[in-house]
Order: sequence, then structure tokens, then C-alpha cells
Amino acid sequence: MNIHEYQAKELLQKFGVATPRGKAASTPEEAEQAARELGTNDLVVKAQIHAGGRGKGTFTNGFKGGVRLCKSPEETREVASKMLGQTLVTHQTGPAGRVVNKVLIAESAEIAREIYFAILLDRATAAPIVVASTEGGVEIETVAAKSPEKILREKIDPLAGFQAHQTRKLAKQLGFESSQLKAAAKLFDGLYRTFMACDCSMVEVNPLIVTPKGEVLALDAKFNFDDNALYRHPDLAALRDIAEEDPREVEASKHGLNYIGLDGNIACLVNGAGLAMATMDIIKFYGGSPANFLDVGGGATEEQVTEAFKILISDAKVKAILVNIFGGIMKCDVIAQGIINAVKTVNLPVPLVVRLEGTNVEAGKKLIAESGLPVITAGDLADAAQKVVAAAGGAK
Amino acid sequence: MSVLVDKNTRLLVQGITGSVGGFHARQCMEYGTNVVAGVTPGKGGQMFDGKVPVFDTVWEARQETGCNVSVIFVPAAGAADGILEAVDAGVELVICITEGIPVMDMMRVKAQMAGKQSRLIGPNCPGIITPGACKIGIMPGYIHKEGNVGVISRSGTLTYEAVWQLTSRGYGQSTCIGIGGDPINGMSHLDAVKLFHGDSGTDAMILIGEIGGSAEEEAAEWIKENCKKPVAAFIAGATAPPGRRMGHAGAIVSGGKGTAAGKIAALKTAGIAVAETPATMAETLITRMKGKS
Repeated sequence: MNIHEYQAKELLQKFGVATPRGKAASTPEEAEQAARELGTNDLVVKAQIHAGGRGKGTFTNGFKGGVRLCKSPEETREVASKMLGQTLVTHQTGPAGRVVNKVLIAESAEIAREIYFAILLDRATAAPIVVASTEGGVEIETVAAKSPEKILREKIDPLAGFQAHQTRKLAKQLGFESSQLKAAAKLFDGLYRTFMACDCSMVEVNPLIVTPKGEVLALDAKFNFDDNALYRHPDLAALRDIAEEDPREVEASKHGLNYIGLDGNIACLVNGAGLAMATMDIIKFYGGSPANFLDVGGGATEEQVTEAFKILISDAKVKAILVNIFGGIMKCDVIAQGIINAVKTVNLPVPLVVRLEGTNVEAGKKLIAESGLPVITAGDLADAAQKVVAAAGGAK
Repeated sequence: MSVLVDKNTRLLVQGITGSVGGFHARQCMEYGTNVVAGVTPGKGGQMFDGKVPVFDTVWEARQETGCNVSVIFVPAAGAADGILEAVDAGVELVICITEGIPVMDMMRVKAQMAGKQSRLIGPNCPGIITPGACKIGIMPGYIHKEGNVGVISRSGTLTYEAVWQLTSRGYGQSTCIGIGGDPINGMSHLDAVKLFHGDSGTDAMILIGEIGGSAEEEAAEWIKENCKKPVAAFIAGATAPPGRRMGHAGAIVSGGKGTAAGKIAALKTAGIAVAETPATMAETLITRMKGKS
């Protein structure tokens, strides 16, 4: 799950991480009011969408830049009116762009130095690790490629936690002056406490800035939360903005289905994440293009299968559907009944290829054969993939 | 021959009175697995299906029945504690089927297990089976056949696919280990490869991986230096878009790391036969076995 920048900053403030003062606004009037409350004329208006590259983005109304400096509350109102309700296109949003429903009004901080600072869970060591660099404000992948020696890594003991001496060492390695040491160490510690308390898989501050006066501030923050842990963070789960998500994925998650939309034209319904990925791979191998990843899980009910089918059919790009089930816990007859129910409620607009194997396979095949539905049956995985690619109009 | 589990395994089922735990405990018993105890806190003293004694704690179950392997069907919120409870009681092998455990919980489990004798398989895995002797987990028993191919996999249904391909072609399995699809787990591909390498009953291996992490690369490196047994592999997720979690918490390509292309290259460099599609996992291994003999 992702959250907006303004939400990230509010979260960080709770853990004592210093950020530039600011407030979110939904209307130009609120934007002006927020600017007045800040009591400064050095202001910035930032479009709130879940995608990077906002500063260099363009609105579909022609307005340039999703991050704009302003010199007065009146100008803030003017700029906010050009952003709110408009669609912002950046290199990360794709050509469709994202609608801006909120802007962040903040004091614009002067920057003397930019630093990169992230904490993430490292799989290899099964521990949190700090990744930091004096080269802030740019993509860390670019730094890693051009000057890997400028990337610092500090492992954190998962049981003992981030030690104070580690925060001081990192501050010195990142070039903080003695007078800034305490502020930097406090900020690092606050980030670590946020990371742990919120079950994050990553917290990334880029840039972390030092102002000419020597203040240390998190200027932007990006969070990745562990979806498996959201059950114990209802306050975080409430920050989810479904307007930022693919509506098909939102619908699927309501029914406990694991769905990811893709750009192809062959829909797939599979049980198990590994087999679902492998099914996408084999469709591609035979020259087709998958429209989605869909894992109905190990214990799906007839209703879930029916709902899954409706989501697949609702995608106008889809030219053919492949059902690939290897029943373990999942019984093939349950899947078959779910398909039959779905096709009865929604007319099947495209060819359907079904490959069933595993538990209760004979009962499942019998149900489909007796249903009279125009189903193309397949013997094995390769056969199924070839048939569905042909049904979708052949290899590209 | 086999690895980790066989006819002598004395199995404990944690969460045996739950609907999922109970269902699979029965399936395992029907296959012939020796289930000696169950644990559900607060239900100590009951008998499961009139045959298996239920205890409140793993500590008691271990003392009373000498169970040496545990399988966990406890819901995600309590599963990490369940693993550590089994480790604390000295159970030698702990298999955690539960999916959806917060990764921070697994991080603490891994740190606390350091230096302990117990091994962990999973979480978020189908379990382990030695065909004809012992089934522990949720895999359908009948697709397996006794034999000499070791199967290691991060994915459940993709394991069934590989096993079924082998069985349909007359090739049985020594043991099949599902190591699970989470970013932090117990036994790695490499740990399992080492076990099969040292097992006289295993003549060849299928290694099934997926995008994310670097466990497959580590196994490949070791195989290159140490293992002469024929190995075939498949990596799922070549067509997955970067930055998206493909079902499994661990199946994600981020920062350019953990790509299918990188893993396939590492496997091929190690002399492992990589199946082009998931439909040819068994065929790829069989071709390699014939080529070497």
C-alpha cells in the first residue's frame, strides 16, 4: 500500500521527524487559507498523487509542473486552482495521468545540502538496513550505477534495534557538522521508529535536506507498508486512497482475490501465485500477451470464482480467457461450478479455454461438458497456452 | 531414501482443532503420516478424531509424545509465536504452512532461531512430502510417486505441476520440499540442495524459483562448485512488471534486482538445465539425466 506525501509527513511528525511545515488542501480557498496560516511568503504547492516525477509533469489542461513555488497566499490559490481536479501526467503515471484531488501547501525550505536516506528490510540478512548517500535529490539507482562508493550501508540488529552510536556514525559519514549531529541523529532515529512501528518494508527520504541555517528536515518521504501487517494498523489502512488504484484491483481485493491488471488481451484465472506467474510466462512464450495476473488462492469458493470471472470479462481489451487450475486444496469441481455460474449471469463475450488438473478433476470436467457451454478444453499447460493464444487472434 | 521426513517421523499439528488444521491433519493421516499429537491452547485434554491427543502447549506435546516434527496451521497473527514455541520445545523440524505472516514477525523469528538446532520450512508453503512414507502439508498426495528426484520450490501449485509432469512420465520423487514464497523464510533453496546432494536416494533435482531476492543465484553458485547430480530449473515471473508484488510477498522485482533474466543466466552459468516454459520442467530434467548417464 502507498500513501500520499502529506500523509507521510503527518506520520513522520508523530515520530518526531522534522519536516517543513505544511497542510493539505482540497480547494483553492483552503490552499490560500493554509498559506496564510504558515505566515510566510516562501511557499510551495505540491500536487498529491501516488507517482513520482511530479515537478517535471504536465497537466492535461496545459499547466506545467505538479510542484510550483509561490510568493504569496493569493498566488498559492491561483496555482492550486490550476491543479485541483486536473489530470497530471508524469513519466510514472503513463499517458492517462492521475487526477489531483489534493494539494500540499508547505513552506519552501532553502536547501544547502541534499542527502538520500532510506531504511528497508534486507532479505539477504533478514534485518533492517540503512542505505544512505551524500548524493541526495536524484534517483538512488543512478548513484548506485555511477558512483557506488558513495552509497553507505548500515545493518541494524533486528532484536537490539538501531543504536545511538550508529546514528552518530552515519551522521558523520554523511558529512554533518558537529553542531548538526544531534538533529541528524534524532531524525534518523525517528525514521527507524516509524519504520518499525508501522510495519514498513521501506521508508525513503529523498531528499533529506540541510538548510543554510543548519536545520535538518525530511523534504519528501515515500513509504512501503507490509500488506500482511495492515490488520494491526487500522489507522494506516484508513490512509488508503482507492482513487489512486486500478478499479479492477480494488474490486478484486473486495472479494479476497489477488489481481494485478496488465496491458495484454488474454485474461487468466489461476490458483496459486507461482502457477499464475508461470501461466503468464507461457502465454508470452507462445506469442500472446497476458491481460492480468490473477491468483484465486488455495481455498476459493464458487462465489469468489464467479466474481473473478466477472472482473475478467469486464476488461474490454480481453479477447480470450484461460482458466488454469491445478487442484490441491482447491477442488476442480468447485472451480467448474464457479465458471458455469459466472457464464450464466454474464454472457461470455470471448472464447474460454479451460485446463483442469488435480483434485476432483473428473467431476470438474464432467460439469463443464454437461453444462453445454462453448468451452475449449485443454490437456496440459502447453496445450492450454497454445489454444488460448490462437483463440485471441494468434501470436503477435 | 529421502530427506528430513520418512516413516519414522512423529508429527505434531499446531492448530489441529481449527477447520484448516483439522482437515489437513486428516489428509496427512490418511496418507499414512504418523500424527502423534496436536496443540491448541485451551483445548488440552481433548482427543482429535478419537485418535490424536490434544495439548495446550508444544512443551507438553513434546514431553508426552516425543514428537520430532511440527506442522503449523495457526492463523497469521499467531503463527510466528507458534514457530518459536516449537523451537523452544526443541522440535527438530518446524513446517509453517500459514500465509500472510507480517515480515517483521519473520525477521524476529529468524533472529531468534540463530544458533538453534531446529530447522524451519516456510512459511507460506505447501509443506514437505516423501512419497509413500510421509506427507506433511497441503499438497494432494496422489500426484506423487516414490522415486529418486528431489523437488525444491517456492510455489505450491507450480510444485504440483512439476511433480505431476514427473509422475506422468514414470519418474518418482525422493522428497518434495516447498520452501515458501515469503521474503524472509526458513530453509533456502541452497539448504535444500545441500540435503539432496548428500542423500543417496536422490539422483537428480528440480529447482523451481521465482522473481525476487537472490536465493536461486546462491544455490546455483554452490551447485556449480559442488554438485554433480543433474539439476533442472524453472523461474516463474519472466513477464511480471517490475515493482509489483506478484501474489507472494517475496515475488517482486525492485531496484533492478531479482529479475527472472538474472536468475536464469546464473542457473545456466552453473550448468543447470533451465526449462523454457513451465510445461517442460520434467522433460528438461529427463533430457539432462539421459545425457549424463
